[in-house]
Amino acid sequence: MKKNIIEVKNLSKYFEVSRGIFQKKSIVKAVDDISFFIPQGESLGLVGQSGCGKTTTARTLTLLEEKTKGSVNVYNSKTNLLESIDNLDEDQLKEFRRNIQMIFQDPYEAMNPRWTIKDTVKEPLLIHNLGSPEEQEEAVKEILKTVGLTPPENYLNRYPHELSGGQRQRVAIARALIMKPKFVICDEPTSMLDVSIRISIMDLMLELARDLGVSYLYITHDLAVARYMCNRIAVMFNGKIVEIAETEELLKNPVHPYTKRLISSIPVPDPTYERKVYDINFDEIDSLIEKHGSDKPMIDIGNEHYIATHDVKGLI
Amino acid sequence: MNQKNILEVKKLNMMYTTLEGNVNAVKDVSFEIKKGSSFGLVGESGCGKTSVAMTLMQLQSDNAKIVSGNIIFNGQEMVGLNEKELRKIRWGGISIVFQGAMNAWNPVIKIGEQIREAIREHYPENTRSENTNKINTLFKMVGLEPNVADRYPHELSGGMKQRAVIALSLSCDPKLIIADEPTTALDVVIQDQILKEIKKVQEDLDLSLIYISHDIAVIAEMTDYMAVMYAGRIVETGKTKDIFKNPKHSYTRMLLDSTPSIIGDKKMLKSLDGEPPSLMDNFSGCSFAPRCPQPSDNCSSGNAEMGLIEVGDGHFADKCCVECG
Repeated sequence: MKKNIIEVKNLSKYFEVSRGIFQKKSIVKAVDDISFFIPQGESLGLVGQSGCGKTTTARTLTLLEEKTKGSVNVYNSKTNLLESIDNLDEDQLKEFRRNIQMIFQDPYEAMNPRWTIKDTVKEPLLIHNLGSPEEQEEAVKEILKTVGLTPPENYLNRYPHELSGGQRQRVAIARALIMKPKFVICDEPTSMLDVSIRISIMDLMLELARDLGVSYLYITHDLAVARYMCNRIAVMFNGKIVEIAETEELLKNPVHPYTKRLISSIPVPDPTYERKVYDINFDEIDSLIEKHGSDKPMIDIGNEHYIATHDVKGLI
Repeated sequence: MNQKNILEVKKLNMMYTTLEGNVNAVKDVSFEIKKGSSFGLVGESGCGKTSVAMTLMQLQSDNAKIVSGNIIFNGQEMVGLNEKELRKIRWGGISIVFQGAMNAWNPVIKIGEQIREAIREHYPENTRSENTNKINTLFKMVGLEPNVADRYPHELSGGMKQRAVIALSLSCDPKLIIADEPTTALDVVIQDQILKEIKKVQEDLDLSLIYISHDIAVIAEMTDYMAVMYAGRIVETGKTKDIFKNPKHSYTRMLLDSTPSIIGDKKMLKSLDGEPPSLMDNFSGCSFAPRCPQPSDNCSSGNAEMGLIEVGDGHFADKCCVECG
């Protein structure tokens, strides 16, 4: 059995929202009691609509936000163990950040426009104080080659505005991978890119997963992209994971009404195909969830296909 | 002009004058749109899709010039009309839903007032209550509550703003709507709702539609006819069904092969390497040859003969690609 690279249990992130000084603060449950794990070298798709909590999940896992409840254990390549991300001291935090990296949605905004590509990619090495300047430059060249920016000499001294969107996203991937992380969180890394470039970036990421044993948490709202990239898919709705299964199983036998709704709204590149209409509105889904529970732990309906409910028949 | 056609575009050429030189953004583009039908324009960014749309409305920027060609809308030549005549056709004849239009609302004027403004321009004789009724009907059509008219743009979600834009585009009873990537900024579920809304409105009002997108899956769902654009030219056009079933141009094939789908067997997708040519250069021969997976000697040499030839009932593709097979 493969080792897990990350295990998340009952993770929650609540935000307090004040609606004026005389009103009680209300609580928004952006991430509400979610659990999942990712085995080494595999990728998990996190799909759902805008505002369902996908990005908050990512930010909580990378300690950009402090979690409210729950436990997160991440693989530490030094000790070869899964270790909790709570109460890390400064050194441990640095080590943690070596093992977990993030690629953001917008390659135009994720880079300092005044830094050359070399500076951008080298920054993590400087922060972690790894290697001599010559070794660092060698590492930058090597990783640029890995992400397909060849010959690297052509890119080292250029600025982000001189590159196309696809090239920039490759630089962002290079920057994430230069630390040789075992786990990378990708937040819609291809949604800003043109169709023609999208596949080459996705293929690059799949190749790197195969060759370097990187695992991904791949955040997207497009199930077709998730199908291409991920071994398993977790569907998120209103801060909760409502269904998790192996990718093909989920697409063939969706059980949760929200998953069905999501699948039925993906356009299909075949003009003769009649999409199944599954027109349930979100209030109805909400009240179904209310009634038939989002109990944890989720129940297994076979084939490692998990649903958040206590009454599958009632839910569907 | 064929009576069945609402729009005929013939050999349209448009270029931008820039400091670095002329950019030939639209080259010899011809197509026609049958009344009540929908027509898709697909291609990657910078291929000239939006330039075609802007030229049809004659809303192109100041440095753009129609070099040659005809745009015949409802039997009337549009190239060379003055601003006053164009204003009658814009919104009243052809209306456009811009890319990112939901961010185009004036933030300090209520949605309803902004739509009222457009209606007043075209129907100055209407009373205020007539216009209010009209706005209510439009909102109902696109699935908005009437009270949205009294709200400011920032109070609405992205999907609601986009619905309101569609209501605005319908406000002066156009016959043809150009939708330029109307759902790009929205997530899939909202996109699905907006697409259904557009389809329904198109059928209810018997409108003609030009749908511009880079997403070939959306084009498959929305259109009866389509054209694939590459580097300013149409390289293949025909019935949407025919093109998906039997694509003739290698660029079309590559677009289809690079689109992930949730149905059918999972297949490896093919990436399309390289970048489209700069539209500033005056290249001879096939503009797609440098990226083509199997170019013939003829294609790469620049001697290839360009131009569409008929390969099936109303299905045209570039001669060069058809001959390569």
